[in-house]
Amino acid sequence: MDESRPIFVQIAEQIENDIIAGILPEEGQVPSTNEFAAFHRINPATAGKGVNLLVDDGVLYKKRGIGMFVAAGARDRLVAKRRDQFQSEYVRPLVTEAGKLGISETQLVEMIRQEGAE
Amino acid sequence: MSAVIEVSGLSKRFKNVTAVDDVDFSVEENTICGLLGRNGAGKTTLMQLLTGQDFATRGSIRVFGETPVENRNVLQRVCFIKESQKYPEEFTAKHVFRSAPWFFPNWDAEFAGRLIDDFRVPLTRRIKKLSRGQLSSIGVILGLASRAPLTFFDEPYLGLDAVARQIFYDRLLADYAAHPRTVILSTHLIDEVSNLLEHVFVIDEGRLIIDQDADSLRGSAVTVVGTRAAVDAFVARREVLHTDHLGGLASVTVDRLSQSERVEATEAGLELSPVSLQQLVVQKTNIPHQEFEQSA
Repeated sequence: MDESRPIFVQIAEQIENDIIAGILPEEGQVPSTNEFAAFHRINPATAGKGVNLLVDDGVLYKKRGIGMFVAAGARDRLVAKRRDQFQSEYVRPLVTEAGKLGISETQLVEMIRQEGAE
Repeated sequence: MSAVIEVSGLSKRFKNVTAVDDVDFSVEENTICGLLGRNGAGKTTLMQLLTGQDFATRGSIRVFGETPVENRNVLQRVCFIKESQKYPEEFTAKHVFRSAPWFFPNWDAEFAGRLIDDFRVPLTRRIKKLSRGQLSSIGVILGLASRAPLTFFDEPYLGLDAVARQIFYDRLLADYAAHPRTVILSTHLIDEVSNLLEHVFVIDEGRLIIDQDADSLRGSAVTVVGTRAAVDAFVARREVLHTDHLGGLASVTVDRLSQSERVEATEAGLELSPVSLQQLVVQKTNIPHQEFEQSA
């Protein structure tokens, strides 16, 4: 766990990552709050907050007495959301750092192109 | 949510020391709380007051809605594991665990048995012949297997090795999930327990200086690093917890930054780094006595 951000946010992100990667398939059951808590060695209330964040977003849904499941269409919606965040979380810091190092826009584009080619 | 403990205006004075100084707080039912602070901050005194083992100088305490002093209704639901628990001279660990159900109505002997194996406690050796770590293990087992609705662990693991401490954290989490209850954990090993906590209390010189949800506390303080001029300009109007200078560089810890302030800092070329709960507590309580008196 990374110290800088609330743990429940990180739990939610990890579940999202697993859905995007297909590890947790749509309509499949996700581990219980207590299982998340035991695995990550965190307070169950914290794990519960992370899971509830995804329930509120409609990514997970509860089946009473059975558990928590991945909603249909969750993966596409998560990918769309992550694309929106890509600009602020990856591109902006990249440009800032490039500016610090005196890398020109053309050089930066060239570097990205090289990475893409590999 | 209901409060298991409600304290208002609580003070405890010994001759010329105010160990607990006008403290107000409440503890929600079925949470794991950390009670943190330096040696002599007043943690143990506070727990003694809450468990009816000492009398308050002033203020009121309600535990399960009643006063804890000499109150069977309250005390049979409370387990207090002390750092230096004394046992009768001839006692072995076996005697301790056999007598536990007399005091703790929820005692689970089968769970205790598993914990005894986990912690490798010698059952038939006399307690005074046990090592510090083995003694701590007995306390930890009592605290877990008693399943008291309100359990206090006061620095429970002096001398416990890293393996035993990890077993304690794992068993605590698993058993708490299966049998929710209120746990108050007082410890100096803050980094080790920070993820287990739902709520954090920090006490310093008898005063409660932090009473906050662990999630909101985590990541609230930030260290801002950059050139001295840029950092000084950025932190000018903010509450500064700690400052370090190195040549033209400055590293300043501030209490909290909003998302827009973080963006502002990044755009000003400053670097932000997280402050762990342990560092935050160190910085909040690492104030020389004199200075503390003046600023308070």
